Amino acid sequence: MAALRQIAFYGKGGIGKSTTSQNTLAALADLGQKILIVGCDPKADSTRLILHAKAQDSILSLAASMGSVEDLELEQVMKVGYKNIRCVESGGPEPGVGCAGRGVITSINFLEENGAYEGVDYVSYDVLGDVVCGGFAMPIRENKAQEIYIVMSGEMMAMYAANNIAKGILKYANSGGVRLGGLICNERQTDKELELSDALAKRLGTTLIHFVPRDNIVQHAELRRMTVLEYAPNSKQAEEYRTLATKIHNNIGKGIIPTPITMDELEELLMEFGVMNAVDESQVGLTAAELAAKAAA
Amino acid sequence: MSLNTVADETDIKARNQQIITDVLQAYPEKFGKRREKHLGTFEEGKPDCGVKSNIKSIPGVMTIRGCAYAGSKGVVWGPIKDMIHISHGPVGCGQYSWAARRNYYIGTTGVDSFVTMQFTSDFQEKDIVFGGDKKLAKIMDEIQELFPLNKGITVQSECPIGLIGDDIEAVSKAKSKEYGGKTIVPVRCEGFRGVSQSLGHHLANDTIRDFVFNKLDGKDNGFVGTPYDVAIIGDYNIGGDAWSSRILLEEMGLRVISQWSGDGTIAELEATPKAKLNVLHCYRSMNYISRHMEEKYGIPWVEYNFFGPSKIEESLRAIAGHFDDKIKEGAERVIAKYKALTQAVIDKYKPRLAGKKVMLFVGGLRPRHVIGAYEDLGMEVVGTGYEFGHNDDYQRTTHYIKDGTLIYDDVTGFEFEKFVEKVQPDLVGSGIKEKYVFQKMGVPFRQMHSWDYSGPYHGYDGFAIFARDMDMAINSPVWALTKTPWKKAK
Repeated sequence: MAALRQIAFYGKGGIGKSTTSQNTLAALADLGQKILIVGCDPKADSTRLILHAKAQDSILSLAASMGSVEDLELEQVMKVGYKNIRCVESGGPEPGVGCAGRGVITSINFLEENGAYEGVDYVSYDVLGDVVCGGFAMPIRENKAQEIYIVMSGEMMAMYAANNIAKGILKYANSGGVRLGGLICNERQTDKELELSDALAKRLGTTLIHFVPRDNIVQHAELRRMTVLEYAPNSKQAEEYRTLATKIHNNIGKGIIPTPITMDELEELLMEFGVMNAVDESQVGLTAAELAAKAAA
Repeated sequence: MSLNTVADETDIKARNQQIITDVLQAYPEKFGKRREKHLGTFEEGKPDCGVKSNIKSIPGVMTIRGCAYAGSKGVVWGPIKDMIHISHGPVGCGQYSWAARRNYYIGTTGVDSFVTMQFTSDFQEKDIVFGGDKKLAKIMDEIQELFPLNKGITVQSECPIGLIGDDIEAVSKAKSKEYGGKTIVPVRCEGFRGVSQSLGHHLANDTIRDFVFNKLDGKDNGFVGTPYDVAIIGDYNIGGDAWSSRILLEEMGLRVISQWSGDGTIAELEATPKAKLNVLHCYRSMNYISRHMEEKYGIPWVEYNFFGPSKIEESLRAIAGHFDDKIKEGAERVIAKYKALTQAVIDKYKPRLAGKKVMLFVGGLRPRHVIGAYEDLGMEVVGTGYEFGHNDDYQRTTHYIKDGTLIYDDVTGFEFEKFVEKVQPDLVGSGIKEKYVFQKMGVPFRQMHSWDYSGPYHGYDGFAIFARDMDMAINSPVWALTKTPWKKAK
């Protein structure tokens, strides 16, 4: 058996991280890989398509009800779904209370200590929106994920987020061994999306590993709490995910240390592709009335 | 053992400057520059001691400071005896501050008084991850059930409370309502706030204003005042200090309506806005609330010093100055009454202690306040410094110290050791962490935070004990028995 490969999916909230990651991992399972998914989002919805479940019992909610995480057994939190993919959810507090970041740290420590990573080829972390604090950076620290895949689209905010995540990776790339595996564009059908994504990837020093086209079949599958791979294995979209899975599988050792760009550079890039207009500095901070007065003068 | 050969002040100043220069040379340049501002020699006539203060300590120097939690829980709130003070967060902060600082009190512990007990929410992982508000509410319920005679609750925040954003104010408010308006005080004294315990004092003072005083607005608590009502502020009753102070005020005809916070109660806190005069002992930890009462209720406040007969006399007269002739006569009567006792103490100990030199490093008011007591015994304080003092403390210090006194703010372990080695005082007064370092150097030592488990030191009664303790430390025969075996006797 090959050495354990650990990867992680990051990206702006709502970009389709969980959908993309579960479909891709399902395709990897089709290729015969043994997979463990670690959901690192307090919403605990990273494994629903694999398990056909609304939400599974999370490590933290069970630990809280039993007293402490030391009272927990691995079997209680690990569920097995499509093609024997093992699934755990870190879970966390309801919005507005406690510390979800600490929850991620606690959960990952628990999984490691209890041998959850034994006997699998892949561990995949699905992490919420942005690297807001140290806890959510846990999966990219030393001896955790070796490669990060950033799910993004041609929308401005998704690209901002991708660049920010690259900054987080850069920090830990120097102290640990984490690398950026590449960008995955989840098509939103914005203008020049492919070209723009490709350009951003190049600026970050990486590649656009795959451009996943938009297809309603993803929604159809999702309504049935299934991956496209399971719902419609012969569909064109399933083939796209298989391609992505193969690319990731063959991308081993090809991750890079990203070269995140400045805010100005990012805006220039967006302007270059006509996604954003140049800002007229003389008008910044002026109210409508002031602008009218200025025009009249 | 002192270097009494140093003839005059000019020589002492030059020597002190040399000592400071030597010490600073041991530091890396950047660090030396920062520490330089905290060290100095007092120049007579200057408005302060010429040192910077209340600045963040440098890591790795063995600072003697505490944290904001220590200031609130350990000093201001902790001694209020009929309230229960929850150390909210992981167990350590409560565990290591358990039993308080020898803040003596009268009461039945566990029934109507709780100072030496430890209440903690004992945070676990799940409380961090999911938040601790529900647990806090449950603890308050348990406190109500198990200790029905408690008169109020405070929440002393440890660091994680501020990090995870728990809403202790909301919990306190809801529980206060549920228990019929019970005083429940959330204190945001997370240890990472501020540079020392000093901010904790300030934050705790503010909560007395917000959660005790403001609640009384427009209410008549049935208090019947007299023209002679005073409140003792900033005496923590360490070893019984407040008791030996209070009797003097009472003997001169004043009525002490409250005592903060040593042996204090919530009823006394609530009565304080009715005082005619607030008498303030520890300026550093309680000046905030004294100023507030002056602004809001028009209550004047006066600082006093009950260490040693000279300062006691001065202070009694200063306090009496705020009242009529009856009290002024009372003050003279008290001074006269204790003259004989005081003289007996001085007659006994001064011959044994005269000329002895002392170096101090403590917190609060003591780096200046105890100087008079030493001088009454013929001793001399040649170096002093504050753990967490501000510039207004150093201004006040100028009234106490002699020209050329060595001043060290937030002293480091290294500096203190070197200063003592070079100055060679006959006595060092500081804390438990310093005690054995200096005793092993062969220098007599007294803990001046806890009175070395003795006390009281305040008031005339306290002076007798103070004198005995200093004599015991300095003139113990044990120092003559310590010999360095590798050196031949002269």
